[in-house]
Amino acid sequence: MARAELMDFDKALELFEPVIGLEVHVELNTTTKMFSPAPNPANSAYHGAEPNTLVSPVCLGLPGSLPVVNGDAVRSSISLGLALGCSIAPSSRFARKNYFYPDLAKNYQISQYDEPIAFEGSVQVELVNGRVFDVPIERAHMEEDAGKLTHVGGSTGRIQGAEYSLVDYNRAGVPLVEIVTKPIFGAEADAPELAKAYVSTIRDIALSLGISEARMERGNLRCDANVSLRPRGAEQLGIRTETKNVNSFRSIERAVRYEIQRQAAILAKGGSITQETRHWHEDTGTTSPGRPKSDADDYRYFPEPDLLPVVPSAELIEELRAALPEPPAAHRRRLKAEWGFTDLEFQDVANSGLLVELEETVKAGATPAAARKWWTGEIARLANAAGQDAASLVIPEHVAELAQLVDAGTLTDRLARQVLEGVVAGEGSPQQIVDARGLAVVSDDGALIAAIDEALASQPDVLAKIRDGKVQAAGAVIGAVMKAMHGKADAARVRELVLERAQG
Amino acid sequence: MSDDLIRLSAADLGAKLAAGEVSSVEATRAHLDRIAAVDGAVHAFLHVAGEHALETAAAVDAKRAAGDKLGPLAGVPIAVKDVLVTKGMPSTSGSRILEGWIPPYDATPVTKVREAGLVPLGKTNMDEFAMGSSTEHSAYGPTHNPWDLERIPGGSGGGSAASVAAFEAPLALGSDTGGSIRQPAHVTGTVGVKPTYGAVSRYGSIALASSLDQIGPVTRTVLDAALLHDVIAGHDPLDSTSIPESWPSMAEAVRRADVSGLRIGVIKELDGEGFQAGVRQRFHESLDLLAKQGAEIVEVSAPHFEYSIAAYYLILPAEASSNLAKFDSVRFGLRVTPDGGGTVEQVMAATREAGFGPEVKRRIILGTYALSAGYYDAYYGSAQKVRTLVQRDFDAAFEQVDVLASPTAPTTAFKFGEKLADPLSMYLNDIATIPANLAGVPGISVPAGLAPEDGLPVGIQFLAPAREDARLYNVGGVLEQLLEAEWGGPLLASAPDLSTHELTATEEGAL
Amino acid sequence: MSEISAEQVAHLANLARIALTDEEIGHLTTELAQIMHAVEKVSEVATPDVPPTSHPIPMQNVYRDDVVGASVLSVDEALAGAPERDGNRFVVSAILGEEQ
Repeated sequence: MARAELMDFDKALELFEPVIGLEVHVELNTTTKMFSPAPNPANSAYHGAEPNTLVSPVCLGLPGSLPVVNGDAVRSSISLGLALGCSIAPSSRFARKNYFYPDLAKNYQISQYDEPIAFEGSVQVELVNGRVFDVPIERAHMEEDAGKLTHVGGSTGRIQGAEYSLVDYNRAGVPLVEIVTKPIFGAEADAPELAKAYVSTIRDIALSLGISEARMERGNLRCDANVSLRPRGAEQLGIRTETKNVNSFRSIERAVRYEIQRQAAILAKGGSITQETRHWHEDTGTTSPGRPKSDADDYRYFPEPDLLPVVPSAELIEELRAALPEPPAAHRRRLKAEWGFTDLEFQDVANSGLLVELEETVKAGATPAAARKWWTGEIARLANAAGQDAASLVIPEHVAELAQLVDAGTLTDRLARQVLEGVVAGEGSPQQIVDARGLAVVSDDGALIAAIDEALASQPDVLAKIRDGKVQAAGAVIGAVMKAMHGKADAARVRELVLERAQG
Repeated sequence: MSDDLIRLSAADLGAKLAAGEVSSVEATRAHLDRIAAVDGAVHAFLHVAGEHALETAAAVDAKRAAGDKLGPLAGVPIAVKDVLVTKGMPSTSGSRILEGWIPPYDATPVTKVREAGLVPLGKTNMDEFAMGSSTEHSAYGPTHNPWDLERIPGGSGGGSAASVAAFEAPLALGSDTGGSIRQPAHVTGTVGVKPTYGAVSRYGSIALASSLDQIGPVTRTVLDAALLHDVIAGHDPLDSTSIPESWPSMAEAVRRADVSGLRIGVIKELDGEGFQAGVRQRFHESLDLLAKQGAEIVEVSAPHFEYSIAAYYLILPAEASSNLAKFDSVRFGLRVTPDGGGTVEQVMAATREAGFGPEVKRRIILGTYALSAGYYDAYYGSAQKVRTLVQRDFDAAFEQVDVLASPTAPTTAFKFGEKLADPLSMYLNDIATIPANLAGVPGISVPAGLAPEDGLPVGIQFLAPAREDARLYNVGGVLEQLLEAEWGGPLLASAPDLSTHELTATEEGAL
Repeated sequence: MSEISAEQVAHLANLARIALTDEEIGHLTTELAQIMHAVEKVSEVATPDVPPTSHPIPMQNVYRDDVVGASVLSVDEALAGAPERDGNRFVVSAILGEEQ
């Protein structure tokens, strides 16, 4: 495939105005699926189950099976709609979206079409530069997820060139809320960052509501990004592309940026954009064309005859509204005050999309300062190196545990970094790794004193200097002791003891 | 003895079983023997579960011997339309695409029937995916009408109706989307009931048109239908459209049947042109009998019924085109791979080409068209509006009368092949039965006699408001008593003796 | 409205994933036109003031509790009907199109 020509980003912005639209799918973490009483793999309790072990006749579309709506999924959807500032439809209904695909058991998806449960909302999104953007929401509707295909044969595991595919229907029927924005104007050069920050805000909202695990790397949160350009001064919107398969926050930003640069290069040459679905490739940082929009998109929607209208009472809506957590912006202000961070420190965390992680880490027992240090320091470094989101590497509970082990003197910072690597590698919790690797700091003074006495005895000149008051000479002894202890000693304590023994 | 057993009503057989005069194993064996003797000619069954039925029967006998409290139909055999999925028994819905498929679960009506101690004998033949009025669209060959083996037994549930008419089973389960229980009852001299939409769970019924389908009883007597109705009706949390309220006993409605003061409305639009003379004659004689018992007969008009067939043949194909999309060769059923392999798209298309019969393809294409972009409002949308108008006709009529009456179908049983080449004339067969499905109201077809011109059975249909199924059993029960008193016994007593027919055929070497 | 071409029927067959033969497309083109002509009758009375009915018995808010049900299948039950399986998964031939 020929590599697409790209225009310089700033140049593209000079010539064109970018207009973006975002579709975010949120997998709800209910115990069971949207229309089937089978366990929901988007709930952590069932994540990673063996293929086709979380299925009922409904998930497999077996002849005769019928869907029944999960009441909790409806409540979660209403809560999410309210948190997005949407109106909740007094009556909404499900519709069938008909198309054939082997991961879609019934060959129709139960979704909502002309009557979504929530519509017309707005979400405040804050950018790094402090700019606050109101992203307009068109609608949020309930639907079901499809199964998972694994392509076998061929070289890449991709669909092209595969010899056959394997189907796992565990994910079929997982409850989804699809949130669709209206076209977003005026973001200009911030458009790529806004896209990322918007999805990050949706994640914060979903997590604060407790309705989704919201882990992008697990597909709990998925984003399709629509991008179009129009020449400066033009009224009419340009032709848009829809980029799918954007599975991390960094990719969202990169994908939007890439599409702006790609489309600008084509338009500047007098070419035209094909209205199509494009796929994001994490490895190459590019998008490639999928199928063009065509007659095959005739989804033949009609009201789902097996299901009845969803007519939430005003009481229910008010009950759910009253239970909403504070909006993200207010929430941030409160956290900043509680944690005592400077503007810069707080921005640093917020821009990394790690507010929720920090909050959870503090909740799990770490000090705010320690939590910030780990997440924006070592974890961010590891994430960068791995090309992944920090939140996907480690869970807040483990970070808190690590910070507490350092506070208790069990680990030095250096040892703690080793333990963190173990946690990221999936070796277990920090405490388990400390136990397994025998990494704990030697806090038994007896063992330290023995090592110190030996070091002092072997370096009588150093001992003499210390006794003469040249305390800095102790460094040589401390180094020798740390070496003897294989680094598993608290250097401060060693220093104390060295001085004590030297005087003795 | 065994011939006596198969001719008993389910109620009487149940009573004998309860009294210990006969065992369920004996009753089951008698019916299996009957199937062996006559089903070669009738072909009501697609699958006979002989061994399994006898085991089930023995288990019921054991429970009875242990003193368990059993229901009135415990130990009574029953035939199950192949549209209902059955654990351990093949379920094909009359289609090649599901040949040999054994579901991992039971349909709710089947579960209820098993829990009530009934003994499933096997699965009955039907038009493929219940699309048809003659069983000629079954992928496994047609069922023959026990009254005349050259004629259709009605459809789609011709197998269930014929099994009951041929004394192969005292009871059967059917499904009715536009008349598939009532029209076969009409042409085979049996009783068939389409309950209120939502009265019987659709869970496990292989969907044809989800907003029209309803499961119901197929029997020889009104009381038997009521007893079976009482077993299968009731709320099912697995079917969202299942009505949550509880139901009065239909059997009680039959036992207390009384039509004095009952207002019966004759639907003007279903009592004239296009209806065979003998069909109309028996219809009016039945009404006269009811009038003599104190019923009040009035004429009512349902002006939008004439649009019913048009609306039905848009709604049904539209819903069916979507419901039948699941037959794609991936998780169950047939897989046909084109020569030299192919992509999954090609395998799906080849499978569906080979696995579906012509009528199913016709309706899928029709439904796909009716739902496609740009046509929805004109077709599907308009059909749903007609549905509203038909409901309003019913509402207006039921303000004047307690039940409505019409002939169940325009003609007696036609000969095989007579209407196959002309789908539209086949569709017209459902003119009297379709309005009930569009509106969700219950209907019953009760034998009204034989048409003088051809000696073939004729049925009369009664319709009641939604949730008022008991009214059907009331009026049906009275009419059955009155007619049997006139005839000197059940109508089916005058049906040809199939065992003799078989014997003759064998002697003549025709087999 | 009921002018239907063979190309249209071929397109519908593709949407419905049925590999109809040319002969079938020919028959269906004729039959479809006849049937559509007959059913177009609905538009005579389907005026804007009439609301559509999609459920014969009106009900609303039918939900189940969020608890795992008894209908969950074992892997073997799930795959028992599969034309082809590989371990715990269903096998399908190569997919021509793109990921959805």
